[in-house]
Amino acid sequence: MKMEHVDGRDAGKVVLFALSTCGWCGKTKGLLKELGIAFDFVYVDLLPPEEMDNAIATIEKYNPAGSFPTLLIDDKNVIIGFREEEIRGAFGK
Amino acid sequence: MTTADISDDDVEKQFQVLDSEARSGGYHLNPDLEFTKKLVHGLLVNESRYGYPACPCRLSRSIKAEDLDIICPCNYRDPDLDQYGACYCALYVSDAILSKKKSLIPVPDRRPPRSERNSRKTIHTISSGSLSYPVWRCRVCGYLCAREEAPLVCPVCKAKKERFERFM
Ligand code: SF4
Repeated sequence: MKMEHVDGRDAGKVVLFALSTCGWCGKTKGLLKELGIAFDFVYVDLLPPEEMDNAIATIEKYNPAGSFPTLLIDDKNVIIGFREEEIRGAFGK
Repeated sequence: MTTADISDDDVEKQFQVLDSEARSGGYHLNPDLEFTKKLVHGLLVNESRYGYPACPCRLSRSIKAEDLDIICPCNYRDPDLDQYGACYCALYVSDAILSKKKSLIPVPDRRPPRSERNSRKTIHTISSGSLSYPVWRCRVCGYLCAREEAPLVCPVCKAKKERFERFM
């Protein structure tokens, strides 16, 4: 799955699964940028069908509802939705 | 049409339409205009991609029959407004949020996960042979009407005919 990379401070493996049309996804991405950490993101709605299926399967492993935004930290911690406090907390700010 | 083809003007026009429809049904759009207009842009993108305005915060697979519940306004808006003061995307907000008596909190997705969606329950129709007309229910807002066919557009929430179900 092709991810886009945003440069910043290394805070582990940070992956954001988002939709290009979703307001809370936009806010989550904005917050990660504000925190200045490095992360990868993918707009699942823009993927070709097969890659979309793979992305959904990955998301559902961590978030059975398959909802967006899903933020995955170090392949184990997951934050679902724009939960500002939790996201700040996860990156020590 | 691609995202780039949707102009600020298109967004503004659609915003005005949704705003007046919302007001006429007693609903409110989110007063955070920048945020709200991004969602309206998302709805226009989805309308051009899929042929219907699927919820901008949920993933559509472009199969209308499977997406009827998430065509905006979705079937989950009103219970979410009641419980959280906003719909899942926060395009629509309650009076309490509008008057700042309550603040926005993240709304968990009320839509059942993929694995449970197929077994979506249809409502139980009360059979009443004595009624002179069938009764139709709008799945979005609960409006009921007794007539031969469901209306083309729900007079309360503006959902289309396809969103109605037989109630009695
Ligand atoms: S009403 Fe439903 S479909 Fe429309 S923006 Fe809100 S959550 Fe999405």
